[in-house]
Amino acid sequence: MSQKNLTWLLILIIVLAILAAFFIYPKDLGNKFRPWRLGLDLVGGTRLIYEIDISQAKEADKSIVLGGLRDVIEKRVNLFGVSEPVITTAKSGDTYRLIVELAGVKDVKKAIEEVGSTPLLDFREVIVPEEEKELEKIIFIPTDLTGRYIKGAQLEFDSITNQPAVGIQFDNEGAKIFEQLTERNIGKYLAIFLDNGLIEMPVVREKISGGQARITGKFTIEEAKKLVERFNAGALTAPINLISQETVGASLGEESLQKTLKAGLIGIILILLFMGFYYRRLGLGWFSGIALLIYIPLTLAVYKIFGTTMTLAGIAGFILSIGMAVDANVLIFEGVKEGFKKGLNRISSIDEGFRKAWSSIRDSNVTSIITCLILYNLTSGFIKGFALTLLIGVLVSMFSAIFVTRTILRVFVRK
Amino acid sequence: MNIIGKRNIFLIISAVLILASTALIVSYKIKPGIDFVGGSSWQIKIKNEKVNENNLKEFLSKLGIKNFVAYPALGTQSYLIRLENISEPDHQKYFEALKNEFGDIEELSFESIGPAIGHELAKKAIWASILVLLGICFYVTFAFRRTSYLVPSFRYGIITLVCLVHDVIIPLGVLVYLGHARGIDFNISFVVALLTIMGYSVHDTIVVFDRIRSNLLTHRGELNFSQLTNNSVNQIITRSINTSLTTLFALLALLFLGPFSLRYFILVLSIGVAVGTYSSIFVAAPLLVIWQNKSNRKYTNLK
Repeated sequence: MSQKNLTWLLILIIVLAILAAFFIYPKDLGNKFRPWRLGLDLVGGTRLIYEIDISQAKEADKSIVLGGLRDVIEKRVNLFGVSEPVITTAKSGDTYRLIVELAGVKDVKKAIEEVGSTPLLDFREVIVPEEEKELEKIIFIPTDLTGRYIKGAQLEFDSITNQPAVGIQFDNEGAKIFEQLTERNIGKYLAIFLDNGLIEMPVVREKISGGQARITGKFTIEEAKKLVERFNAGALTAPINLISQETVGASLGEESLQKTLKAGLIGIILILLFMGFYYRRLGLGWFSGIALLIYIPLTLAVYKIFGTTMTLAGIAGFILSIGMAVDANVLIFEGVKEGFKKGLNRISSIDEGFRKAWSSIRDSNVTSIITCLILYNLTSGFIKGFALTLLIGVLVSMFSAIFVTRTILRVFVRK
Repeated sequence: MNIIGKRNIFLIISAVLILASTALIVSYKIKPGIDFVGGSSWQIKIKNEKVNENNLKEFLSKLGIKNFVAYPALGTQSYLIRLENISEPDHQKYFEALKNEFGDIEELSFESIGPAIGHELAKKAIWASILVLLGICFYVTFAFRRTSYLVPSFRYGIITLVCLVHDVIIPLGVLVYLGHARGIDFNISFVVALLTIMGYSVHDTIVVFDRIRSNLLTHRGELNFSQLTNNSVNQIITRSINTSLTTLFALLALLFLGPFSLRYFILVLSIGVAVGTYSSIFVAAPLLVIWQNKSNRKYTNLK
């Protein structure tokens, strides 16, 4: 590539790094566009692990029950105004777990109470005021019919219109209550509530006996599926039991974050000064500084793009990858220096430096990548976070060494 | 610098450090934290400065809590309490009781882990570590195959692992001592620290071996293996020290300015980085020479 093109390439890389720096800056525009996901240890919050007692559900229904449970818990959690709650179900051996992560939640005690209660589904009678048909004025009257009486629900299709519908089966007792309820309310609405939130309000067409009901409406298959899950969650009560929690107070998290950022910044300045001073002869040190200043925002931007949650473990992974990125530069510079000593010209010296450094960079980084992949796939939580940040860090550092440092050297080193 | 010539001194230093660490590990034992055995860990800040450690301990006993350990976090009014795996209602009950007794207290963190989860985590961590070790050994053996007619490449792999163990045992010894002296539990964050050290150690050892490999390819026949290794190590020593210094700068900044919760984690990492750099130059290269001299490969004395 010609000198002029290389200069343009370098300008492009620098512009990219500046954009990345704006993107990762934890305030202003970058934050609005896509905020950082910070772990509990940095912002405070709680991580709750529940064991799900799924023994009452049939094998085939398990995934439906789990999905429904997850959905219900998510709805509850959203009431807390947590920015990005993470709710997952996991299978571990023969047991199922529900993991709820609430970063930044203030009232943990209340959160635990809310999350832990079993989902409650109930039916309510509806009185629509004659004169005004405004939704707020509707009165709901609780009935005895709750999720306890539901045997199950499933997705059905109307045989004539082929529209998706939701079929519900009540048990014997439930069937009787439902029969009375529908008899009283023919032509009226019947409301279905989950955790005191209205989820559906169908019109009763006729008295329904036998415990088989079907809700038809203009919903899509997705909506109908969701409704089925919710019915099942309210019906097949899968009790959850808190087996582990990790709570970090907001003040401790805040303090950790501030101190970590400050220490990280000072650490980076120390590295830049050291490199600049040590390799000052060739001016190489400052190039490594530039390379590092490009590497840091790029790596952090990749973390952010991948939605990596930053935790203390993630920071450890990042620091290690900075160490490896600097190392790649040192290896290259030492090689370039040797090239000059041999009396090679500029281009040849740089090529020599890269040729010598490449096998080291490749082999040491490949072992790191192997390590990260194994850890990422076999572990969870803290270690997994570490493995992911290190993996991304190492990949970006290889790119940075081959592409960024080389371009910088080609543009600036003259002899 | 005649590193290979004086190899015995360096190896003895390492041996002493390893023996000391092993002795610490064997006598004090690793104190597994609640991450691995289950239990609760509670950090609270008592704002009333008149309250001291003994007051807290007495009150906790009075509450009927058994088998707890409580100690103050340095330089703050906060305390770390480790107790059995308690339920959420109990946690709230104790918290209210503490509030009534000591006035304004702040809950900094609370962690409670069931024994099943802890056991699972320990198992996963062990399996992952074993696979990582095997993976590294195979890759190194594979990567150095080109010079295996001179130095069998599995030797690089095995010595890499020896160094790795060296670099993990020494910080682990320090950690066990800290567990004994300061009540620091071995929790999951230290597993991450040790894994980081493993990564760093292997990285550093490979860079040294790579230099030996490339010199073997270009200068074979000019020097005997000891001289060639000594030259290689001298060529790479500046780089090794510079790299670990830069990493240490970042770590020391975090050690002194970072949050308290990271302190021991960073301390262990810093020791690991220092030891890892030492071992790749002063242990890995000498061991390679010793092994080569012991074997009857022609190259050893080939001029």
